[in-house]
Amino acid sequence: MSYLDLLKLAAPEAIVTLTALVVLVIGLTTNRGTVVAGVSVAMLKPAAAGTAAVTRFCTLVGALGLIIAIEAIVLLPSRANLFHGMLVISPLNSLFQIVCLVLAFFTVLLASRETPNYGEYLAIVLLATIGLLLLVSSEELLMIFIGLELTGLSLYLMTAFDKTDIRSAEAGLKYFLFGSTASAFTLFGLSFIYGMAGTTSLAAIAEGLAAQSLSPLLFAGIVMTLVGFAFKIAAAPFHLWAPDAYQGGPVSSAAFIASGSKVASFVVLGKIVLVGFGPVHGSAEWHAMVAGWSPVLAVLAAFSILIGNLVALVQTNLRRLLAYSAVAHAGYTLLGIIAGGRAGFSATLFYTTIYAFTLIGAFGVVALVRRETGGDDLRNFAGLRARSPLLAGCMAIFMLSLAGLPPLAGFFGKFYLFSAAFRAGANHGLLWLVALALFGSLISLYYYLIVLKVIFQTQGAETPSLSSPAQNGLSRLTIVFAAAIVLFLGIAPEFLVARILAVLQ
Amino acid sequence: MVLLFPRAFSRWIALLTTTATFAISLATFFCHDLDLAHFTTIVRAPWVPALGMNYHLAVDGISLTLVLVTSITAVSSVLFSWDIDQRVNEFFFWLLLVVGSSFGVFLSADLFLLFVFYELVIVPKYFLIAIWGSTNKEYGAMKLTLYSFFGGALVFIGIIAAYVSAGSLDLNELAQFQFTPQLQSWAFPVLFLGFAVLAGIWPLHTWAPTGHVAAPTAGSMLLAGIVMKLGAYGGLRVAMNLFPQGFQMWRNWIAILAVIGIIYAAAVALRQRDLKFVIGYSSVSHMGFVLLGLATANVLGVSGAVLQMFSHGVIGALLFAVAGRMIYRRTHTRDLDQLSLMDLNRALPFAAFVFVIASAASMGIPGFSGFAAEITILIGVWKTFPIAVWITGAGMVLVAAFTLRALKKSFFEGGPAAPSGGVKEFAASSPLMTSPAERPIHLEPITIPEKLGAGLLMFTTLAIGIYPKFLLDRIQPAVEAMRFLAR
Repeated sequence: MSYLDLLKLAAPEAIVTLTALVVLVIGLTTNRGTVVAGVSVAMLKPAAAGTAAVTRFCTLVGALGLIIAIEAIVLLPSRANLFHGMLVISPLNSLFQIVCLVLAFFTVLLASRETPNYGEYLAIVLLATIGLLLLVSSEELLMIFIGLELTGLSLYLMTAFDKTDIRSAEAGLKYFLFGSTASAFTLFGLSFIYGMAGTTSLAAIAEGLAAQSLSPLLFAGIVMTLVGFAFKIAAAPFHLWAPDAYQGGPVSSAAFIASGSKVASFVVLGKIVLVGFGPVHGSAEWHAMVAGWSPVLAVLAAFSILIGNLVALVQTNLRRLLAYSAVAHAGYTLLGIIAGGRAGFSATLFYTTIYAFTLIGAFGVVALVRRETGGDDLRNFAGLRARSPLLAGCMAIFMLSLAGLPPLAGFFGKFYLFSAAFRAGANHGLLWLVALALFGSLISLYYYLIVLKVIFQTQGAETPSLSSPAQNGLSRLTIVFAAAIVLFLGIAPEFLVARILAVLQ
Repeated sequence: MVLLFPRAFSRWIALLTTTATFAISLATFFCHDLDLAHFTTIVRAPWVPALGMNYHLAVDGISLTLVLVTSITAVSSVLFSWDIDQRVNEFFFWLLLVVGSSFGVFLSADLFLLFVFYELVIVPKYFLIAIWGSTNKEYGAMKLTLYSFFGGALVFIGIIAAYVSAGSLDLNELAQFQFTPQLQSWAFPVLFLGFAVLAGIWPLHTWAPTGHVAAPTAGSMLLAGIVMKLGAYGGLRVAMNLFPQGFQMWRNWIAILAVIGIIYAAAVALRQRDLKFVIGYSSVSHMGFVLLGLATANVLGVSGAVLQMFSHGVIGALLFAVAGRMIYRRTHTRDLDQLSLMDLNRALPFAAFVFVIASAASMGIPGFSGFAAEITILIGVWKTFPIAVWITGAGMVLVAAFTLRALKKSFFEGGPAAPSGGVKEFAASSPLMTSPAERPIHLEPITIPEKLGAGLLMFTTLAIGIYPKFLLDRIQPAVEAMRFLAR
C-alpha cells in the first residue's frame, strides 16, 4: 500500500488535522498582535475589532474544514481495511464519523467568541474531533487506545481552558486525574486481552476467545476494559468527574464532552463488546445472560440509572443537573448494548445520536443564558419565556425529549431501546432492568419539568442583557437547528433508524 | 381530520377548529353504512416500516362515540375559556393539543400510535394547569403529570410485551393473536392498571380531585370530559381486547376496586367543603361505574360503560363549567359555606338552572344520560356480580346525597331567609367587596359564550337520556365484536 492510497483513505482525518493547524496558526499570529496593541491604549479599539474579525475568520475556517471533511467521507469508497483493522472504512464507521463531525461543527458554532486565545481553543476542539474519527473508524485495540487518548487529552485541555475561572481549572484537573486512571485501567485490561487472544484486531480476538472458557484472567481483562469505557460514558460509579467537568469548563467544551465524545465512546464500546467479546461464555451463575460481560454492564446500567436520576433531583445548577441526567442516560443507552444483536446495537446508536443532538442544543441554550445573565443556575433561567420565547421553546423541546415524551426523538429512542432490551433476555430476563429504566424516567420527568416550570412560570428579575442579540445569531441558529433535528427524528425516526439498520448488516 | 391543530393564534381559530371537528364527527356519526363492528380505516401510511409501525387511524362504534363526546366537550370548553386574558395563544395551543391527541388515541388502530398520542396528552395538561390554574396549581399539575407518566410507564411495559411477543403493532392483528396464558397473567394487570390510573381507579385516583381543583375551568372540563376517558378506553381497547384470558383472571379484582372507588369517592365527596373537590370526587365515583361496567365482560355491561363514558364526559364538563367558570370566576370562592351565604340562586339564575340540570343528571334521575348509562351498567353487573349491585345501590344513594348537599349549599341556601348579619360579616371579610353595603349580587351576568356552551352540554345529556338507543346502537356492534366476551 502506497502512502498516496493511505492519504486518500484517511482524507477526512487529514483534512481536519490541516484545519486544526491552520486555525492554530491564525490564532497564534493574531494573539501576538493583540498583545502588541494592548501596550498602547490608543490602539486598543482597532485591535479589539481586529480580533473579532479574526475570531470570526477562525470559526469560518474551522467550520469549513469540518464541512469539507464530511464531503470527503461521502466520497470515500464504501469499504476498505487498512493494516488489519487499524483504519476501517465501512458504512457504519462513515455514518458515525459524519455524526461526530456534525456535532463538532455545532460545537464550533456555539463556542463563545469571548474565550481568550480563541484560535487555540478551536484547534483543540478539532484535535479532539480527530480523536473521535480515529476512535470510530478503528477496529483494532491499539488504534482505539490512541484515539481514546487523543480525545481525552484534548478534552482535559478544553475543560481547563477558561483561565479566568478557578472552577474550570479544578474541573480540568479532576477530569484529568480520573481520566488518566481510567486510561490506565483500559490499557491494563487491553493488555490482558491481548495476552489471552494473542492479537489486537477485534475480529481475531473474537475468534481467539471463542474457544476459551471464562477464566479469571480474561474476566479481569474484560472488567478493566469496561471500567475504562464506563468512565468515558460517565456511567456510575465512574461518573464523579462529570458534574464538575460539565459545570466548570467552558460551555461549549461541556457540550462536546456530552455529545461527540459520548457518541464515539458508545460506538467503540459496542464494537469491542459485541464484536470482540461477543463469544465469551457466561459463567454458571449468570447462565440466563448470554455473554460473560453482560452482568458487568447490567450492574453499571442499573447503578447509573438510579444514581443519576436520584442525584439530579436535588441539583440547582442546570449544567450539573444535565451532568447527572447524562449519567442516567448512559445507563439507558447501555441497555441496548446489553441486549446485543443488531436490534440492540442499532437502538443504542440511535439513542446516543439523538441524545447528543439534544444535549448540544440544551448546552447551547445554557451558553446563551449564561452570556445574558452571567450564570447558569436554575434561577438564571427564570422568565426566559418572556426574554426569549424562541430559546424557551427550544429548551422545552430538549427537556421533554430527554424525559422521553412524544412526539420528540427521545420518546421513540426509549421505545426502541426498551423493546430491544425486553426482547433480548431469554424469558424476558432483562425485564427488571427495563422496569428500572422506566422508573428512572419517571423520576427524571420531575426534574425536567422543574426546569421548564422555572422557564415558563417564574417571573425573572429584569436583568440588563449583557450581550447584544446580534452577536448570538449564529448560536441561535445552531440551537434551532438542533431542536429541529430532535423534532424531526421524533416524527420521522425512520430516517435514521433505517440507515443504522442498513449499515449494521 | 385529527391533526387539525394549527397554532391557535386566537380563540376564534380554536373555536372554528373544534366546531369543525364536532361537525365532522357528527356527520360521521349519522353515516349509516359504516361497519360499526370493525375498524374502518381513515388514514393508513407506513411510519417506521423498519419496526412495523404504521400511521393508521380507524374508527368503529366505540371510538365514534368517544370522538363525539370529545368534540362536544372541546367546543364547550373553548366557549368556557373565552375570558382567558393572559397568554391566550399558548392557552389555546395547549388546549387544542390535548383535544387533538385525544382524538388520536380514540382513532388509532396502531398500538404504538395510540401510545404516542396517549403520552402526548401529558405535557399540555401540565402547562394548562401550572400556568392558568388556581388553588395549589403547581402541586396539582406535578401530581397529575407524575401519576399519568407512572401509568404511562406501566402501559409502556405492557405494550412492549405485546409487541415483542406478537411481533406486530397493528391492533387488529394483535387482537387475533393468541398470547400465552403466562404472559397474559402478568401483562394484563400491568397494562390495565397503567390505563386505569388515568381513569381514576381507586387507590390511584388521588391525582384526579387535586388536578381538577387546580386546573383552569377548561382544563377541568377536558380532564373530566376527555382525559379520564382515555384511560378507560385504553383499558377496554388494548388491555381487555388483547389479553382476554388475563382479563378473566383479574376481572374480579377490577370489580372490587371499582366498587370501592364508587363508595369511597362518594363518601369523601360528602365531606368536602370545596365545590370543585366535590365534583372531582364525583368524577372518580362515576368513573368507578365505568370500570365496573368493563369488569362485567358482557355486552350490556361494557356498552353501558361506554355510554357512561359519554355521559360522564358531558356531565362532568357541565359541572366543572358551572363551578369553575360561572361561580368561581365571579365570586372567587368555591367554599361551600361561603357560597351558601351568597344567595347565588338570585344572583346567577342561569347558573343555578344549569347546576340543577347537571346535578340531576349526575345523580341519575331518569331522563338524563347518567340514568340511562348507570342502569345499563347495573343490569350488566346483575348478571355477573349480583352482590355488587346492592353495594353500588348504596353508593348511588351517597352520590345523590353529596350532589344534593352541594346543590343546596351553593345555590339554595341563605338568601333573604339567611340571617343578614352573616351576609354582612362575610361581605366585610371578603376581599371582593369594597364596602359592606355592596352585596355579592352584583356579579357580572352570564355571558353569551357560557350560555352557548352550557346549552350544548345540557342538550346532549337530555337527548341521550331520552333516547340512549341512538348511541347504544352504535356501541353494541363494536362491543360484540370484541373477543373477551366469549366465556
